Parts: sequence; C-alpha cells; structure tokens
Amino acid sequence: MRHYIAKRVGYSVLSLLLLSLTIFLFIRLTGDPASLLTEPGASAADVAAIQHKFGLDRPVWVQYGLFMFNLLRGDLGDSFYYQTPVLELYQSRLPHSLLLGVVAMGFSLVLGIPTGILAAIRVGRFWDSAGKLFALLGLSLPSFLVGLLLILFFSVYLEWLPSSGSGTFWHLLMPAFALGWYFAAAHMRLTRSSMLEVLGSEYVKLARLKGLPEALVIGKHAFKNALIPVLTLAGINLIQMINVAVVVETVFAWPGIGRLLYEGVTFRDFPVVQGVVILGGSMIVVVNLLIDIVYALVDPRIRLEQ
Amino acid sequence: MSVTTIPAALPMRTRTARMTDVPIIPSAILAIAVVVAIFADFLAPHDPQVGLLTARFKPPFWMTGGSTNHLFGTDQLGRDVLSRLIFGTRVSLVVGFTAVIFAGAVGTTLGIVSGYLGGWVDQVIMRVTDAWLALPALTFAIFLAAVVGPSEMNIVIILGLVYWTRYARIVRGEVLSLKEREFVRLAIVAGCSKWTIMWRHIMPNVINSSIVLATLMLGIVIITEASLSFLGVGVPPPKPAWGVMLSDGKQGLMVGYWWLTVMPGTCIMLLVLAANLLGDWLRVKLDPQLRQL
Repeated sequence: MRHYIAKRVGYSVLSLLLLSLTIFLFIRLTGDPASLLTEPGASAADVAAIQHKFGLDRPVWVQYGLFMFNLLRGDLGDSFYYQTPVLELYQSRLPHSLLLGVVAMGFSLVLGIPTGILAAIRVGRFWDSAGKLFALLGLSLPSFLVGLLLILFFSVYLEWLPSSGSGTFWHLLMPAFALGWYFAAAHMRLTRSSMLEVLGSEYVKLARLKGLPEALVIGKHAFKNALIPVLTLAGINLIQMINVAVVVETVFAWPGIGRLLYEGVTFRDFPVVQGVVILGGSMIVVVNLLIDIVYALVDPRIRLEQ
Repeated sequence: MSVTTIPAALPMRTRTARMTDVPIIPSAILAIAVVVAIFADFLAPHDPQVGLLTARFKPPFWMTGGSTNHLFGTDQLGRDVLSRLIFGTRVSLVVGFTAVIFAGAVGTTLGIVSGYLGGWVDQVIMRVTDAWLALPALTFAIFLAAVVGPSEMNIVIILGLVYWTRYARIVRGEVLSLKEREFVRLAIVAGCSKWTIMWRHIMPNVINSSIVLATLMLGIVIITEASLSFLGVGVPPPKPAWGVMLSDGKQGLMVGYWWLTVMPGTCIMLLVLAANLLGDWLRVKLDPQLRQL
C-alpha cells in the first residue's frame, strides 16, 4: 500500500514537472519571453527587472530553476490589468467557478442519470433511442451555443432570466444549464452502460428470482451499484468543468476562472493566462492523485494489482 | 472460367452489402459541406468580407424587411450572412481536417514508437502524454494561442499539439498486443529492422483505429476551433469562421437579431453531428470489440 501510494505520488510529481516544463518551453519558443511577460509598452527598466527576475540572459536550465523557484513560492507574477498577484485573483474567482460547477453538475446528473436508467431498462426500444439522440445532441451542441440559444429564448423573447452577470439565483440558472448540458450526455452514457452491466449480474437475477417487484429490483438493488462509476466520473468532471467553463463564463459574463482566462487573453495579460493554466493543470493532477489513493484504500484489488 | 468468376464476385457482393448501411444523412451533410467548401467562390452570392453599411442587420428573406438579395440576412457590417456561412464551411473543414490529420500523424507515430520500442522511450512518451492529458484541452489551446498569436495555421498546429495524446494512448495499447503476434516475430527472425517492422508491419494494423478516432475527433476539433474563434484567439476576425460569426452575433442577440446566432450555430451543430454519427458508425464497423462501449 505504501509502495503504491509512493509510486502514484511520484508519477504525479513527474506530471507536474513535465507540465511546468511544457509551459516554460512554449513561452521560450516564441523567441522573446520578455515581450510576453512585460506589459505592452513597458519601460526599459521594467523589461530589465523581468529579465533579471527570470534570468532571461542566463542559460536555459538556470531560467527553468528560477521559474520553478517562483512557482513553488506561489509567485505567479502580477496581472498587468488588475495590478494584483495572479494567485490572489485566482483565489477570488474560484468560489464563483465552484458554485457554477456544482450547480452545473447537479443539472447534468438530474438530466443524465434518469435518462440513462430509462435507456438501460428499455434497451433497444423508444426510450433507448431517445436517450441516444439526447447523448448525441449533447456532444454535438457546443456549450456556448446552448448558452446563446438560452439567452435568445429566456432573456430576449420571454424576458424571464437575466442574460449576464451574477449575484442572484436567477443569474446562475442559464450558465449552469449550458455547462451541465455537455456533461449530461457523458453521464447518461455511463449510467446506461453501468446499469446494463448491473442488470446482468447474479445478485439482480437473484433479487428477481426471490420475486421482488421490478421497481424494487431496479430502485434498490441495481440503481445503487450502477451509480458508483457515475459518481466517480462526476467527481472528476467537476474539476474539468471548472476548467472548461471558459466559453460559458464568457457568454454569460460570469466572474469565474474561465472569465479570468478570457480577460487575460483579451487584455494581453500574459501572467494571468499562464497562471490559470498552471493552477488548472495542477488542480487536475492533484485531484486525480487523491481519487487514485481513495480508490486504493477502498478497493484492495487495485493496490494488489500494482 | 466460372471458377475464377465466383471468388471474384463474392467480395463484390459483401462490399455492396456493407455499403448499404452507410448512414445516409450524415454522409450527405458531410459531402455537401465538402462541396460547399471547395466551390465557395462560385456558390457565395456576395463577398463574405465586404459589406454595405447601409444594409446592416437585414433579416432573412422570409421576414418583413428581408430581401432575396440576402437570403439569410446581413450582419452588423452589412455583410451577407449566407456568403459568410459558405466561406466559413471552408475554414471549419480545412482547420478540422488538417488538425485531425496532424494530430493523428503525430499521435500514431509516437504511439507506435512508444509501444514497440518500450523501455525508457515508452516511459518518456507516456509520461509526457499523461502530463498533457492532465491539461484541460481548451485551456491549453487558449494558452498556446495566447503565446503564438492567432492565425489559421497556428490553430491547426495548436489543435494538433493538444489532441495527439489521445491517438498515442490508444495506438500504444494496440501495438503492445500486436508486437507479441506471430507475424511480427517472423519479421524479426527474417531480419527486418525495427523501423521496417514499425512502418511496414505494425502501422497498417493500427491505422484503422486511428481513422476511427480521427472521425470522432473531427467533431471535437471543429467545436474547439469554433470556441477559440469565438473567444478571439482562433481564426482572426475578418475571415468568416463560424465561431467569429457567433462572437459578432452576440452583440445583436439582445436586440433580437437571432439569425446572426442561429445560422452559424445550426451549421456547427449539423457538421459536428454528422461527424459524430459517421464516427460512431465507423467505430462499430471497423472494431466490433468496441460495440459495447
């Protein structure tokens, strides 16, 4: 067990190192990193300060060392636009992103799980085909398009919901639905296949042989077990959601991390762009590591396999 | 003579039988899109980049105020929406296909090399793949676009760099089992070099999976390109990309100029839907093992 965890932690650290190296190298590939890291129209003194801080006149490995040294201190640089440290900006936006992510996840589960179950117990028939169509639409309609169509319908024609901003419960509905929509398709597919697997298992057969009513077999025996992989995926997707929300947050002017990234791109605020990518990637690596460890703690088969 | 005609006829029959269940609607959509993209110059009624400022925000022809001169209306600069959609098809398809092929070439090559050579090469390639997979694709693409600046060529390279990892993972897995097979061992005994084995014996056997994945990726890549263009880091604005059109149309949305959003939106949806349906069909056709997925 200790060996397994050590190995997983090792891989994660390696992933983080490679991630930082990738980002570091891409910035250098463009030729002049100083022009990315300083404000457009910065004074010669500012450029010199940045060159000193990142050692841009020194060998590449020294530069990488300095880059990592600053990263590990939590120094991601200052935003040109907001004139505050990137880390602080990120922390101030994170709660909004989490709120949006959690509600969007709620939507996707409420949509995905029942349709998945329905498709599985009616496999090959109408509800199954309807479910497939729904999953296909989910994968084919980009979330920002769903967002724009929602605005058109609910804000412009019906005038029910505010088209952008944040603050009230009503502001949250459309962006959360647009973001949850895409993931609903994935959750529906997984619920369906997981449910089909469980329905074919011995204990479901036994439950049926005992003469339990079908509703009880599905609701009590099959449903709970089929849910495990779906909830695991949902946990992983929650982190993904916070990171892919950039287009939805832009459409609805939702003040989350995605919007921060968009602002970073539009205002040519490179430290913000770099910071969001580094923190987002690290978050995913760490969460994946935690999930692996929890899995190994819960399921002995996984740690014995290693 | 009859002896030679019978076996010659058999594969023909199976081939025609197989072709009958090609999903017609998605294939037709894709075929139309390809034709429109190729002949955009002849099909478009107006110049997609030049508009008449006196003819701004004209609605589609069936609405009051619309005219058959601009079938799908005009945008905020008075440019013809239909013409922009037609030229946008070209942008989406060119970027989509080249990016998918680029990603596929890189990913398949690295997957084969990683799986066949094993050892430290495999370790290095797979660790890099893992690290890149950890980055959310869209965020990573935005970062790269911010570093290299927007252009059609850069978008292709960015999408290739972001999506090669998926090919590498799948191809490597297949190579691991292929390299234990008899024909590969015989090739080794026959004295083939490693590169010959990878190129001549392994590659033809994994190309099917790569093609299936490429078809499924086409939809994802088209959506990502549209998202990047929508955010202003994709295809640069005067060019009529669907994502750019959606971004422009956002301003008019609140005043009810719905066609600027719905028209490019429908195009994206149809093209992605067609690619996904074809990809699903191909997956089942070429790889019966995946039918359960």
